[in-house]
Amino acid sequence: MNIKILGTGCPNCKKLEASIKQALEELKIEAKMEKITDIAEIMSYGVMSLPALVIDGEVKLSGRIPDEEEFKTLFSE
Amino acid sequence: MDIFYPIQLFADWLTYSVFEIIPKTLLASAVNFFIFDTIKIILLLFVIIFAVSIIRSFLPPEKIRNILSHEKKYVGNILASLLGIITPFCSCSAVPLFLGFVQAGVPLGTTFSFLVASPMINEVALVMLLGMFGWKIALIYIISGLLIAIFSGMIIEKMDVRNLVEEFALNGNGKNLNLPELNWEQRLKYAKTYTLDIVKKVWLYVVIGVGLGAWIHGYVPADFLAQYAGSDKWYAVPLAVLVGMPLYSNAAGVIPLVGALTEKGVAMGTALAFMMAVTALSLPEFLILKKVMKVKLIFIFASVVGVGIIFTGYLFNWILN
Repeated sequence: MNIKILGTGCPNCKKLEASIKQALEELKIEAKMEKITDIAEIMSYGVMSLPALVIDGEVKLSGRIPDEEEFKTLFSE
Repeated sequence: MDIFYPIQLFADWLTYSVFEIIPKTLLASAVNFFIFDTIKIILLLFVIIFAVSIIRSFLPPEKIRNILSHEKKYVGNILASLLGIITPFCSCSAVPLFLGFVQAGVPLGTTFSFLVASPMINEVALVMLLGMFGWKIALIYIISGLLIAIFSGMIIEKMDVRNLVEEFALNGNGKNLNLPELNWEQRLKYAKTYTLDIVKKVWLYVVIGVGLGAWIHGYVPADFLAQYAGSDKWYAVPLAVLVGMPLYSNAAGVIPLVGALTEKGVAMGTALAFMMAVTALSLPEFLILKKVMKVKLIFIFASVVGVGIIFTGYLFNWILN
C-alpha cells in the first residue's frame, strides 16, 4: 500500500501524519508513507482543502482528520 | 423572554452571592458584565460553529469549485461571496484555494470575491458581533462584507489582470475531484472536532477581550476616545484600516476590544472598518499569495478591498450617527 499525505505544513497536516502513523502501527499494516509538500504536485490531485490523504493514487479524504474506526476501513479496503 | 436570562441569573449569583461584591458598584457591574458576556459568547460559539460545520460538510471547497466553474460572471461573484461565509480560512489555505479555483476555470474576479468573503465573514466574527453589538450590527457587517466581496471581485475582473498571475497557476490541469459523500456520523464527528478546535483556539481571546471590555466599561470615561476618533474626525476611518491591516485576523480577539472602543466614543462605522481591515486584509496572507501572483496584483487586491472598507466606514458613520 502506498500512502501519500498532501499538506503544506499546517498544524492539521502534522496531526494527520501522526494519526496515520499510529493507526498503521496499531493495525500492523506495512505501507510506504510519503509526504507531498510541493503545491503544484498537491494541486495535481485536485484537492483544495488540506491536509488530504491519498491511498494508492486515489484521494480518500481532504480537509479533515478521520478517527481510528475510519482509518481501519480506509486501510483495509 | 430573553434566552440569555438564565446566564444573567448565574452571573448575578456569582457576583453578589459567591464573590459577595456590593451591588451597584463599579466593580460589581464590571464583574457581572464579564461573567455574563464570556459565558454567553462561548455558548454561542459552540452552537453556531457546530451548525456551520454541519452545513460546510455538505459544501467542501471541492464542491464549491464545481459550482463556481459553471457560473456566469456576476452570478458567480454573488455565489462565491455567499459560499465564502461558510468556508473557514487561514492564510495556509489561500494558495490551494486560489490555484484550485483558477485551474478549474473559475473566473479570476469570482475567485477574488471568494478570497475576500471567506476570511472577512465567518461564524466566529458573526458570534462575536452578535454577542457584543446585537443582531443589527452583525447584519450590517455581513451585508456590507458581502457587498465589498462581490464588487471587489467584479472590479478586479474588469481590470483584466490575468497577466499578473504566475504562469504555472494558470496552466495546471484543473481536474475536478469527486470525493465520496460523508455519512451523518462522519459529519457530526467532523463538526464536533472542528468546533472544539476553534473554541480551544479562541476562548482565551474572548476572556481577555471581554475582560478588557469590562474594565474599560466601568473605569474609563464614556467619551474618552470621542475627541480622537469620533464620527466628526475624517481621518479616523482610513487610520483604522491602516492600523487593522498588519493585525492578524482574529475576530475573537479584536471584536471585544472594538466593542469597548465604540462605547468610549469611537464611531461605529470606524469600528466596523477596523474589524473588516483586520479580518480581510492580512499581511501574512499577502506574503503567501506572492507564490501565485505578482506583487502588483496583491497591491490591486488590497487597494480595491481597502477602498471598499473605507467607503463602508464613512457610510455607517454617516448613517448611524
